[in-house]
Amino acid sequence: MAFPAAPPPALPDRHGGALRVEATKCAEGCAACVPVCPTQAITRTPGTPVALDLGKCIFCAACVEACPTKAITQTDNYPMAVRRREDLLLGKPGEEELRLAAALDEKLKKLFGRSLRLRQVSAGGCNACEADVNVLGTIGWDLSRFGIQFVASPRHADGLLITGCVSRNMELALKKTYAAVPSPKIVIAVGACAIAGGPFVGHSQVLNGAASVVPVDLFVPGCPPHPLTILDGLLRLLGRLD
Amino acid sequence: MNAPREFLLLSNGTSVPWADVPEWPVVEFVAATAAELERGGRLCAWFGVPENSGTRLVAVIAFDSENTLAVGRSLPVAKGYPSLTSLHPQAHLFEREVWEQHGLVPEGHPWLKPVRRQNGGYPAVGEFFKVEGGEIHEVAVGPVHAGIIEPGHFRFQCNGEDVLHLEIALGYQHRGVEEALAGGPHRATMSQMETVAGDTTIGHATAYATILESLAGSEAPLRAQWLRAIALELERLANHTGDLGALANDVAFLPTASACGKIRGDFLNLTALLCGNRFGRGLVRPGGCKHDLETERAAQLLAKLRVALTEVDEAAECLWESNSVRARFEFTGTVSAKQAAEIGLVGVAARASGLVRDVRFDHPAGWHRFAPVPVVVWPEGDVLARARVRWLEIERSAKFIEEQLAAPAEEEIFADTGLPAGDTLAVALVEGWRGEICHVALTDSAGKFRRYKIVDASFHNWIGLELAMRGQAISDFPICNKSFNLSYCGFDL
Repeated sequence: MAFPAAPPPALPDRHGGALRVEATKCAEGCAACVPVCPTQAITRTPGTPVALDLGKCIFCAACVEACPTKAITQTDNYPMAVRRREDLLLGKPGEEELRLAAALDEKLKKLFGRSLRLRQVSAGGCNACEADVNVLGTIGWDLSRFGIQFVASPRHADGLLITGCVSRNMELALKKTYAAVPSPKIVIAVGACAIAGGPFVGHSQVLNGAASVVPVDLFVPGCPPHPLTILDGLLRLLGRLD
Repeated sequence: MNAPREFLLLSNGTSVPWADVPEWPVVEFVAATAAELERGGRLCAWFGVPENSGTRLVAVIAFDSENTLAVGRSLPVAKGYPSLTSLHPQAHLFEREVWEQHGLVPEGHPWLKPVRRQNGGYPAVGEFFKVEGGEIHEVAVGPVHAGIIEPGHFRFQCNGEDVLHLEIALGYQHRGVEEALAGGPHRATMSQMETVAGDTTIGHATAYATILESLAGSEAPLRAQWLRAIALELERLANHTGDLGALANDVAFLPTASACGKIRGDFLNLTALLCGNRFGRGLVRPGGCKHDLETERAAQLLAKLRVALTEVDEAAECLWESNSVRARFEFTGTVSAKQAAEIGLVGVAARASGLVRDVRFDHPAGWHRFAPVPVVVWPEGDVLARARVRWLEIERSAKFIEEQLAAPAEEEIFADTGLPAGDTLAVALVEGWRGEICHVALTDSAGKFRRYKIVDASFHNWIGLELAMRGQAISDFPICNKSFNLSYCGFDL
């Protein structure tokens, strides 16, 4: 695969990319999108503009279908990774779309930019994000050509890649694994579950995302994010897309 | 006294009034269930339904050769009951789960431990079966283990390289799915059903949709059933291809490992062609399917399917022809037909031990009533058998899809279901790619879920891996594990 040196492989035509929210288009008093969202990602209190949290979004597009004025639309944009959690909050003027990740700072870019070893932790995941991370290691995507590899031990790693909503039963294992990674280290949260709990948000058995346990440097939305979205996120973080 | 009560017979994908389900006092209920299992029944589900100050036990039994299911229940019981496991080992995990969820003690159960929670601790903490002896050592693996894989804990009792015993402790992925279903369906329920075992989205979503349709006294339109059946086979194709690659990877046979890794992605893209999502999210809905497979799209699907099949053909051929691969796979991790039957193994692992059981054939529902799929069996029970069954199922699934594409069902792809009936029990079985998925729903008087039980194939099969490892070298654990490739999250719920 030539990407990123050439355009990426075509995504399926029914695949939807990032959502876009133009709150100025909302009809007066309308909140049609709020109750249809499975993960309660949308809020609209009377008198305030609509707000959509793309970190909670599982990209079912029920809100897009429900919206009578096309205030919420779905783009074809596959890049979706961000550095800060708040960069996934859509709705305010100037924040119609997510704010894409900037690269790591100079020091970390120097350390990890050409050689990044990650330890993956599945903490309450459903195995889809895991599968699409695995697929990045296959021929074609070939993650190792960027110097990115998954290692068997956190002690050999530069950071963690976390999937899953962080079930209570994985809290200790995740903490121990993070502690076992030598500093400096980074954490990447992949998928709606790892960002904010996904379809299981609010369950008493889950902690609603990786950031509840460890500091997170990169959030990749999706359910699961397409391998292209994950790869784009990783490359963006390492400053390899310029 | 009257004639002895009988279990109520029902077909896959149908529902019955709760009041019609025959009931026994618990001691008699255990005996009646044991008698059904004795005469050839197989336990699909055994779970508790809280009622007043007690819990009713419910058994759903399959009579595969008679193509029927049977259901019965006990009167509410408060403390405990004589264990079914001592008579029929296949009940072992169900009884542990009932104890964990409802506090009912199965008296005489040989190994009463929690299933998903350790009462505030973690699954790896707790009692494990230990072999005594100065030369015995214990190996513990997980929850976080080597690859990009879900967490589980494996405790081996070893003498040198030989594994005497393996005990698996799961529960790390427990997200509280069944609890969240109470009072549902809720707005998150559909997406939870799609992600309860995220690589088996079509399997679980189909079971759930069938349940709701059955509770409403309806069926999805035939075209939707047709498309669901195609999607189910695409899911099977992707996962079986991935598994062959993973097995090859674990014996360092890189040609097949590399090729299958890529081809799996190609099959996932075929599912994405249907609905935009590689795992089939957003396709199956109660009432039908959300996307249609029009003629032109179907032609694209067929063309790409044929290419992918040719490629996986070549990749698998290298695998079978390699002596070094066969030397690793053959006679490794054997589960005999007798063991498989005793523990109630389902799916690929069961068929690879020679058991002829497949929901599509034994309990056809939906499109499988019109288009049967031949059952693939390979009797040796070893890693090679489980790999061969996958390979043959790849061929069967591809053929099935080709046949269905050539003869599509007409009409609509979706029709609104009505509201679920109250005080009704519905059962849906689907042959997911690992094996039998069983969903059982009981509604309250308002038609909301009073109790929803999900049994993934993995719930039956993890013990198969434990048995397979006995007497094996510990270095064969990866291929034994991959040859089963069970779901952690589908078990943990």
